[in-house]
Amino acid sequence: MPKPLLELICPAGSLPALKAAVDHGADSVYLGLKDNTNARNFSGLNFDAKALAEGVRYAHAKNRKVLMALNTYPQPTTLKRWQQAVDTAATAGLDAIILADPGLMAYAMKTHPHLRLHLSVQGSATNYEAINFYHEHFGIQRAVVPRVLSLPQVENVVQHTPVEIELFGFGGLCVMVEGRCLLSSYACGDSPNTFGACSPGHAVRWQQTPTGMETRLNGVLIDRYADHEKAGYPTLCKGRFEVQGETYYALEEPTSLNTLEMLPEMHRIGIAAIKIEGRQRSPAYVAQVTQVWRAAIDAVKRNPATFKPQPAWLTQLDKVSEGSMHTLGAYYRPWK
Amino acid sequence: MTSPIKLALGPLLYYWPRDTVLSFYEQAASWAVDTVYLGETVCSRRHELRHEDWLALAETLAAAGKEVVLSTQTLIESESDLKALRKIVDNGRFRVEANEFGAANLLSKAGLAFVAGPALNVYNPDTLALLANLGAMRWVPPVEMPRAMLTAMPIPAGMETEVFAFGRLPLAFSARCFTARHYNLQKDACEFRCIDHPDGLTLNTREGEGFLTINGIQTQSGKVHSLAHRLGELVGTQVTALRLSPQSQHMGDVVATYREALDGTLPANKVATQLQPFLPAPACDGYWLGKAGLDLELPLTPTPLPQGARG
Repeated sequence: MPKPLLELICPAGSLPALKAAVDHGADSVYLGLKDNTNARNFSGLNFDAKALAEGVRYAHAKNRKVLMALNTYPQPTTLKRWQQAVDTAATAGLDAIILADPGLMAYAMKTHPHLRLHLSVQGSATNYEAINFYHEHFGIQRAVVPRVLSLPQVENVVQHTPVEIELFGFGGLCVMVEGRCLLSSYACGDSPNTFGACSPGHAVRWQQTPTGMETRLNGVLIDRYADHEKAGYPTLCKGRFEVQGETYYALEEPTSLNTLEMLPEMHRIGIAAIKIEGRQRSPAYVAQVTQVWRAAIDAVKRNPATFKPQPAWLTQLDKVSEGSMHTLGAYYRPWK
Repeated sequence: MTSPIKLALGPLLYYWPRDTVLSFYEQAASWAVDTVYLGETVCSRRHELRHEDWLALAETLAAAGKEVVLSTQTLIESESDLKALRKIVDNGRFRVEANEFGAANLLSKAGLAFVAGPALNVYNPDTLALLANLGAMRWVPPVEMPRAMLTAMPIPAGMETEVFAFGRLPLAFSARCFTARHYNLQKDACEFRCIDHPDGLTLNTREGEGFLTINGIQTQSGKVHSLAHRLGELVGTQVTALRLSPQSQHMGDVVATYREALDGTLPANKVATQLQPFLPAPACDGYWLGKAGLDLELPLTPTPLPQGARG
């Protein structure tokens, strides 16, 4: 079977979002269960058994794949629940599960030898020796690479591994290596690794004060907005802080990743799949973004040499982006 | 009574001038640490000491009776990073700490016993057992792991457990260099500004609270994580060693305080007070208690050794 090239992987935080993704051209959708076994553990989001069955039926009827993210780290007293989630995925006919924890990979390989395994971005594998470790020990067939490598570095990885490489193409941007960030638990006790969410809603407070709207995470001031500024969600790496007398976005501006213009290069180096971030976003977001990326990927596959992002696509993506600003992130080396 | 719990000097996380590093480890040779971790774990651009320099330091410290471990870089991105990693793995003399799974892979293939570093994200018994099979003889739990989770972990026979017990917590790694960003420089032309900040750059909230510490591509806690006042709670945890993370001032005093506290020559209710002047920022212990890492709960009456307490 030939290696896949630029499959479009879209987020499904709910059944309507899943249907929107499938209807607008996703090759695969990814989803999670309603608990901390995945890294978008937000209330009102994700799938129970009934929604999962319907989602799989809907996608498979249209010849699309469904992937399940089980990409947080199981803990000693709760390990069973993660293992049961693997069983659930196998029983429900998922096309692959996306894992970060080696122990859980070993369980999946032993218990469900035919279930396809992907290495989650939360596994923090940024080089081919690490990726090949997961391949040799657990047979993972695809790896999602953290948003920290430049494209030439990604190309080097592709050339040294039999594992398919999936990259983030669009959506929220983690400035830190995924799986290697404890800022959220430092501030409020819950981090993506174990709790499945960063800067979780229960720790967030918004407060109008005489000096402006303040956003806090467990009491820590993340940002303060003047009346003319639009207050953003207090994701703690995207706040304004003071360093040596200067107040600025010390870690990262509230921007989104958008790599549309890099599609020909991703095509050339043999990227297997492009992932769209945003399981916490609405079905309308999923529909819009999927539609644009479907058109763009089809265009680049038809003729990579003449590919140019169309202004209409960019306008459509800008409308749904966080902070209405875009960056190429680490794929573009000077950003680092 | 001498406590069987060992002390380890963690890898130097900051970028210091060559002479400062050499003099630091010259002093460390006489400190009451059993193990010394050496090497650059944060940024591949830092080059005050080359591989051969670290090896020479390792020989000196080994001759002084220390167990020496070479630590690998946490974020391995490029082919030259891998080349540096292979050099460490193939050093032929000293044990290695793997700080990501590429290193674990190479060490395991080479049949070498290794230390599973804190960034490997070992949160459960299955993953720990797997690492034991690969050759890990010691593990350092993720710095956010609470005591309760640690005590719920079945630990493979012969596996040593080393807990991060002192210092600013290494919380996050990025492709982006926040020190270079602060100076409006690109990472590839950073002018090595980290060298001007021997304990990192403090990142304050807009109301002046020291929240985090910028250390190149690494983000650390603003506060200093310390378990010195909770050593009694190590009973029942299978912890075999405490990792103390280097800081530019008073490190020898910190080591001495921990050793005295472990051995009971410093009464438990005096530990926090004795350590206080050696802290570059307020203390925190929240992670150990399963709370926000920046929290601090100083027990009014510290638990005396060797009585166990619940985390």
